[in-house]
Amino acid sequence: MSIDKTPSIGLQKASGLFRRQIFIPLAALIVLILFNLIADPSFFEISYGTNSAGNPVLSGYLITILDNASELAILAIGMTLVTAASGGQDISVGAAIAISGSVVLRVLCGDNPRPDEMQASILTAFLISCVVSMLFGAFNGTLVAYFNIQPMIATLILYTAGRSIAAWINNNRLPIISDPSFGYFGTFIPGIPIPTPIFIAIICMAIIALVLKFTTLGLYAQSVGINPNSAKLNGINPAFIKFITYVIMGLCVAVAGFIKVTRFSTINYSVVALDIEMDAILAVALGGNALSGGKFSMVSSILGAYVIQFLTTTLFKFNVSSSALPAYKAVVVIVLVVLSAPTVRETLKKAWNRLRAGSPARKEA
Amino acid sequence: MKRMLLAFTVLLLSVMAVFAQGSAEGAADDGGLIRVGIINNDPNESGYRTANDADLKRVFNEENGYDASFYYSLRNDEQIAAAQLFVQDGVDYLLLSAAGTAGWDSVLQDAYDAGIYTILFDRTVDANPDLYVAEVVSDTNLQGQTAVDWLASQNLDEYNIIHIQGVMGSSAQIGRTDPLNAMVEANDNWNLVTQQTAEWNAETAQQITQAVIDSGTPFNVIYAENDDMARGAVAALDRANISHGVGGDVIVMGFDCNKWALEELLAGRWNYDGQANPFQADTIDGIIRDLENGIEPESKTIYLVEQGFDAATITQEDVDKYGI
Repeated sequence: MSIDKTPSIGLQKASGLFRRQIFIPLAALIVLILFNLIADPSFFEISYGTNSAGNPVLSGYLITILDNASELAILAIGMTLVTAASGGQDISVGAAIAISGSVVLRVLCGDNPRPDEMQASILTAFLISCVVSMLFGAFNGTLVAYFNIQPMIATLILYTAGRSIAAWINNNRLPIISDPSFGYFGTFIPGIPIPTPIFIAIICMAIIALVLKFTTLGLYAQSVGINPNSAKLNGINPAFIKFITYVIMGLCVAVAGFIKVTRFSTINYSVVALDIEMDAILAVALGGNALSGGKFSMVSSILGAYVIQFLTTTLFKFNVSSSALPAYKAVVVIVLVVLSAPTVRETLKKAWNRLRAGSPARKEA
Repeated sequence: MKRMLLAFTVLLLSVMAVFAQGSAEGAADDGGLIRVGIINNDPNESGYRTANDADLKRVFNEENGYDASFYYSLRNDEQIAAAQLFVQDGVDYLLLSAAGTAGWDSVLQDAYDAGIYTILFDRTVDANPDLYVAEVVSDTNLQGQTAVDWLASQNLDEYNIIHIQGVMGSSAQIGRTDPLNAMVEANDNWNLVTQQTAEWNAETAQQITQAVIDSGTPFNVIYAENDDMARGAVAALDRANISHGVGGDVIVMGFDCNKWALEELLAGRWNYDGQANPFQADTIDGIIRDLENGIEPESKTIYLVEQGFDAATITQEDVDKYGI
């Protein structure tokens, strides 16, 4: 393609981009950026100041977006794998975040909901919550992989019971941790002006990039999602691959739950991460991934997560009234999801090709 | 395989039943005790509900002459079924905090026919008022009005308010929003910088406040419809180094009187917290004692006394007594 320097090379490149899965979330992001640029360029200003504790912080809409999208981006990683391998979605992640957050606080607080000193190191608490979350992930995974229950039904159990379990873990009390070092993970580390969740999200993305590059997890998940029987004939154990994606989802939930509780050093079982599972599924859909499983693009899903937060922050900025907010969001989401649906993309591609083939022909005529 | 699936489904259903806490214990008939059946929402729902449940258990026990059975559910149909059980068991009083307002007529009629007194608490239902003897409820509109009156008494030159709402349509949201809207409408120096719902969520409240801060629009009041959302808004203020509380640039107002929130008031970091009184048991106890002596309550609707706390006047005693 690069050798053949015909005038249509630009069109060919554009057509290639069209076909690429990342096109839709990228285009959505660009549209949002352009919209904000035209409406109010100050949207992109980043200012440097200090917070009330006297530590340096960067602030601005972009920082807010990157900061608040962290949990969603991390969940999108797990949700993409779950979707690819099992052809269904885990709707229990919000409730599971409540559980993992509750575990962190329980380990740190012990029996006293308002401890002056933490009862264990933060690392210990985090690791224990990782184990607990992965066990719950394994529970979901077992139902889906070994009992062949529809993922949405299997995870409905934890979705229903999760928040009650979370409250039960802390004897129904709302612990508050006063030690400021706990809050560093959800806000700022003194001296570093960038919010910590951004770093945590980057670390998670780096890890999953390495895993996908150096292990066969991605390939196996796709092949199981496309056709479990042929995957089996090729020596892959489909049940185990499905199972392991739910365990990884559990790990993502633990990290996201940890960020959630460290943001405010406390938890509210009934509202923490409420409906976040829907946003995580949406991120996967916006990324152009087929929700019925199979091939996936991790980068597109993660980008989808940032698009959702970009949209939320934009709507807050333009002060859309509370009652109308869901409607605006719905319209944007409908457009994006329809555009990113594989069938629509196929049609668009065909239309584009016809346009490309048609325009010179008309000139000749 | 099919049998295994079936066994598994049964297991699942029983597990879910346990989590739904569906246990309406039949009460034994021992003389002298007043038998009450109490139907409430799940205590896990919120700090308010936890305090409410603890308060009921404090009053309605054998030491106080009650034989009480509790049933918890957030689902209206399950609550109605439990009420039917209580009626069949022949309790003396039915205490009810309904999850939804509709569908209660027939069971309340059954209770009425059986000579059972029904007392509603915290939440009211759409049924013929003759079917219950009293309702002990919060006046959320008064909660809002008390808060707005307090804010007006601060005599600021200009009120630029960030108004963070609860879940739209909930009674607490409507009651706490309307008086503020009326005030903003009536006064030129009262402005809403933004009015958004954070759906009781601290993090969303933080984002809403952050968006206002990033836009550079000046504001001097945070009116959050519960404590969690006020906490979220304050986190955004702290991040931007904006002073708040007593003597600060921004007045912070919350609702519900969580203990930690009242401590924020005591420390001068917030300015106002409005009470949503979960302590209804003593009032209900009084009504039952009167009914036992043949005295009907004077009015059907009994509003709980609910106050607002000002950071300037709050004491440690208030925190201990009213914190939930």
